[in-house]
Amino acid sequence: MVTLAAPLRSPTARLERVDELQARIQGMQSTRLETRAVPTHPAFAGLLPGGSLREGTVVEAQGSTTLVMALLAAPSASGRWVAVVGMPEFGVEAAARFGIDLDRLVLVPEPGRQWLAVVAALADVIPVVAVRPAQRVAPAEASRLGARLRERGTTLIAAGAWPGADASLGVELSEWHGLELGHGLLDEREVVVSAAGRGGFAKRRRSRLRMPDRALGFAVADDAADDRGGAGTGHPTAAPRLTPVLHADFARPA
Amino acid sequence: MTAVSPARAIVLWCPDWPVFAAAREAGLDPAAPLALTEGGAVHSCSAAARRDGVVRGLRLREAQYRSPAITVLPYDPVLDVRAFEPVVRQVEQTVPAVQIVRPGTLAMRARGPARYYGGEDAAAQALLETVERLGVAGARVGIADGPFAAEQAARAVRSSPVGIVAPGGSAAFLAPLPVGLVVDERTRTLLNRLGVRTLGEFAALPPGDVRRRFGAAGAFGHDRAAGREATGVAARTPPPEFEITAEFEPPLDRIDQLAFAFRVRAEEFIDRMRAARLVCTAIRVELDDERGGHSARSWLHPRWFTPADVVDRVRWQLQGAGTADTGLVSPITKLRVIPERVDGTANHEAGLWGQGPDERVHHALTRVQSMLGHEGVVTAAVGGGRMLADRQVLVPWGDRPPEHREAPWPGSLPALAPASVFRERHPVALLDSAGDPVAIDERGAISSRPERFAVAGGAPAQVRAWAGPWPVVERWWDAERARRVHRFQLVDHDGCAWLLVRDDEGWWAEARYD
Repeated sequence: MVTLAAPLRSPTARLERVDELQARIQGMQSTRLETRAVPTHPAFAGLLPGGSLREGTVVEAQGSTTLVMALLAAPSASGRWVAVVGMPEFGVEAAARFGIDLDRLVLVPEPGRQWLAVVAALADVIPVVAVRPAQRVAPAEASRLGARLRERGTTLIAAGAWPGADASLGVELSEWHGLELGHGLLDEREVVVSAAGRGGFAKRRRSRLRMPDRALGFAVADDAADDRGGAGTGHPTAAPRLTPVLHADFARPA
Repeated sequence: MTAVSPARAIVLWCPDWPVFAAAREAGLDPAAPLALTEGGAVHSCSAAARRDGVVRGLRLREAQYRSPAITVLPYDPVLDVRAFEPVVRQVEQTVPAVQIVRPGTLAMRARGPARYYGGEDAAAQALLETVERLGVAGARVGIADGPFAAEQAARAVRSSPVGIVAPGGSAAFLAPLPVGLVVDERTRTLLNRLGVRTLGEFAALPPGDVRRRFGAAGAFGHDRAAGREATGVAARTPPPEFEITAEFEPPLDRIDQLAFAFRVRAEEFIDRMRAARLVCTAIRVELDDERGGHSARSWLHPRWFTPADVVDRVRWQLQGAGTADTGLVSPITKLRVIPERVDGTANHEAGLWGQGPDERVHHALTRVQSMLGHEGVVTAAVGGGRMLADRQVLVPWGDRPPEHREAPWPGSLPALAPASVFRERHPVALLDSAGDPVAIDERGAISSRPERFAVAGGAPAQVRAWAGPWPVVERWWDAERARRVHRFQLVDHDGCAWLLVRDDEGWWAEARYD
């Protein structure tokens, strides 16, 4: 009891804590049938419904390749195969440094028009597949693939819009540290990752993460960083300018 | 006692076989100056190159200096063996029971052929005719007591292509030859220091002393030097023939036609191997087209080939980057599939419950490969290099990944690697406060501070942070592949970090930390 009392200072923080605990309880006693957890980096515990990736679900991860790598790293480290489809610029060296085992990584850089068939073929055997859709996905196609994913227990990470995704992650604010005007080196980035989804939670959640941190890992930014960014409220959502970060995409002409 | 002693042997020697094989494979004239190199030094060279003063072991640069017109090819031991196989098969038609001493040199017993062809000389002539029919010029034959003496006889003759040492004359024939022929390099130096320079002098030493001083290897060499060779010819058992050839008349010009026509032969190919309890893990596909073009390539398989896999490899080799319904440049007349590596089925037996998830992964990836082509599915490795695109090694599924060597790369980037590495150059604009592009002078200093940044076609926005330039100067000795660029790290207005490169043509994005 003493340990619980210490961090809960404001009512908002208390509510946050209750939300988080409820999410964890839901993750443990799944409401849907046979959705088992896939190993996920602990930094995403507060963001994903149930606190982790689930088998047979689709998670959107838009706006950041590092975010996709962060989601792939934990399943890969636990011995699963992972596949990346339609991302020719996927940085292999970064992937290896972030903990993806290259021996169990399959890349299909240019699937062309057959990308959906390729994803379906890979989803049969590879437990975690990341894909950047080459064109807009029709809801019918998405639900057909969704049925296949649920049957096989495959998790799909979509680096683009996906109709009917179970959860959707996005980067809202990105701040690099270490580089100054004319000197320094990039060493750490703080991002605000927002999450919305079906089932697990209705309202959009935000979390401030270090992605990557100085040790090339991922971590939740500590409270001190929150206070600095959130002007004393202690709540990361209060940061002044939060707009979705959309990087220029060279792959597709605008 | 007959005239021919039981130990007599015939050796057929094709001089400069590696050069001949490489020249034939590359379509060059074996009479031109030609050298094969291994590890930067000459491994073997043609007669014309030798006349210019090129010898084995010479540094490549020295060889090019001595013979400016020389063509240099890498030495490939596998090619030697492969090119020699048809010669062996043809010789086996003329004289059975043949031993391959090394590619280019064959040994056989003399008694049978000498009796059949009516004399040793006649047998030698029959062998030379056989080899000449295959286009191998300048072969020599030596006949003596024992394979070693016979080989030396073949190498020693200059005037005629046949050298015959009379029975019992081997010791006298061998006596003037250098001692290095029968002992290794260390023993040769030692013997030379002891004053023993020729085989005759070596043979004159008492056998017991040689065995005590130099062991079994020395005693073996001593027997050879004295013309008392104990080992005879150990003939090989001809291996079963697995390769298949399909000829198409009229020639086929569509890939799907060819794949269909070849399917039955592919099944036959695999079934024949299976009947011998073998599986094939590497094949070589050779294609001849109507215009005389020739394409050959080896294909590996992560497990073993099934008939459908063989057909797939043929298809991929034909289509290159195209799709299955594209026409071929020239119709195909002949298709040859050779098993390059076979293995016993016992080593590849599937377990009772299958071999777990990896087998399933392999099947799925093979399916995707047959949709997209061989290069469509890749695995990745981190290689060497300074530019990021060089450091990513993408290996098609099934091919052998390159060996990973840990080498320091001065001037490469620090540990934080960008998540997106662009394969093509994407032009960007980096402007100073006056709106002019930032330039870098000869000494690596920037003309003005970068203030605004834009990806191609976008509106310039404020630069939040930047650092650089970091020069990358590579291969300045190579005019074509030399690279002299400057790198920048930059954080743009949205908080996204970039790795920019400035070369002579302008600014472009190498990678993005996103």
